[in-house]
Amino acid sequence: MSKFAKKKDGDLPAVSTASLPDIVFMLLFFFMTVTVMKDSSLKVENNLPSASEIKKLEKKDRVITIYVGKPTPEYAKVFGSESKIQLNDKFADPSDVGDFILMERAKKAQELQNVLTTSLKVDKNANMGIISDIKEELRKVNALKVNYTTVSGDAFTNLE
Amino acid sequence: MTNRDEVPKVNAGSMADIAFLLLIFFLVTTSIETDAGLARMLPAINPKPPLPIPEKNILPILINGEGALLVDDEQVDLADLRKLTIAFLDNGGASQEDPRYCDYCRGERDSKSSDSPAEAVVSLLSNRETSYGTYISVQNELVGAYNDLRNREAQRLYKRLYTDMEKAYRSPETPVSVKEDLKPKIKHIQDLFPLNLSEAERN
Repeated sequence: MSKFAKKKDGDLPAVSTASLPDIVFMLLFFFMTVTVMKDSSLKVENNLPSASEIKKLEKKDRVITIYVGKPTPEYAKVFGSESKIQLNDKFADPSDVGDFILMERAKKAQELQNVLTTSLKVDKNANMGIISDIKEELRKVNALKVNYTTVSGDAFTNLE
Repeated sequence: MTNRDEVPKVNAGSMADIAFLLLIFFLVTTSIETDAGLARMLPAINPKPPLPIPEKNILPILINGEGALLVDDEQVDLADLRKLTIAFLDNGGASQEDPRYCDYCRGERDSKSSDSPAEAVVSLLSNRETSYGTYISVQNELVGAYNDLRNREAQRLYKRLYTDMEKAYRSPETPVSVKEDLKPKIKHIQDLFPLNLSEAERN
């Protein structure tokens, strides 16, 4: 009898893991194609309201985003608990919105400058005063296409 | 004796680890964004005051700071808003001799309500203290009322829902020939029920 006994027939052969990298790469490419990079970190609370009659914003390069909401706890000490506007990475006043839109518009390609949409991502607990101010500023710079960004769902749940 | 022509194999065993590392990086740094919402157009700044509109062609909706709704001087529930708006838009009160007569309307034909969908204006007044959630709910119901009416007409004329047609038109996957076909149809439905929604703020 030899020292290295011949394997018994009942033993399962080891599963080949050679194709594991391919599977993982497939997953990787899937995530790379379906996701977009976060461009700014949120400094405000942003619980979007829900609505059912929504339209998708198809092209990401034609969208300018404005966030509105209460500052998150770490900023609340400095900026208070009233709803604030966040443009890119900083807090701003309604009067800055016009300049911001013009600046963002100038960054876009010439042929896109007339088809831009402003996406308003507003916390559902914000009040309409600040939204009216923003809308007034948007009208001044002729950025008339807006999209009240919401999550898809039943609109009646906003009322709680 | 070594064979010089043979290239040694690179060990690919750690490939999976590298790919996992990349995968986890992308998982952490990205988000599948919820970019959908209510599309609206703001009115352009107009130096000229708008032409006065007869009162019967306006549906005034007021939202107060507590989120209560007042439609036509009557307090209503949000659940009834869509029904009320449809009744107002679809009224078609103009008489048959009138050039504005609406032959596709199925409403009450009440002479005290709107003349035709083209003339009807929904006026939304909000308060500075109104919460955004309430405002979006109201907007959603109003857009929903228009969509319901447009769907009805699209179903009658083209055997298809208006919302589907619009979605297909906006989708980048739709071929150009289909889009060309859809464009006049969508335009026609929009002309039947134009979205006349005026917004103002009251303190």
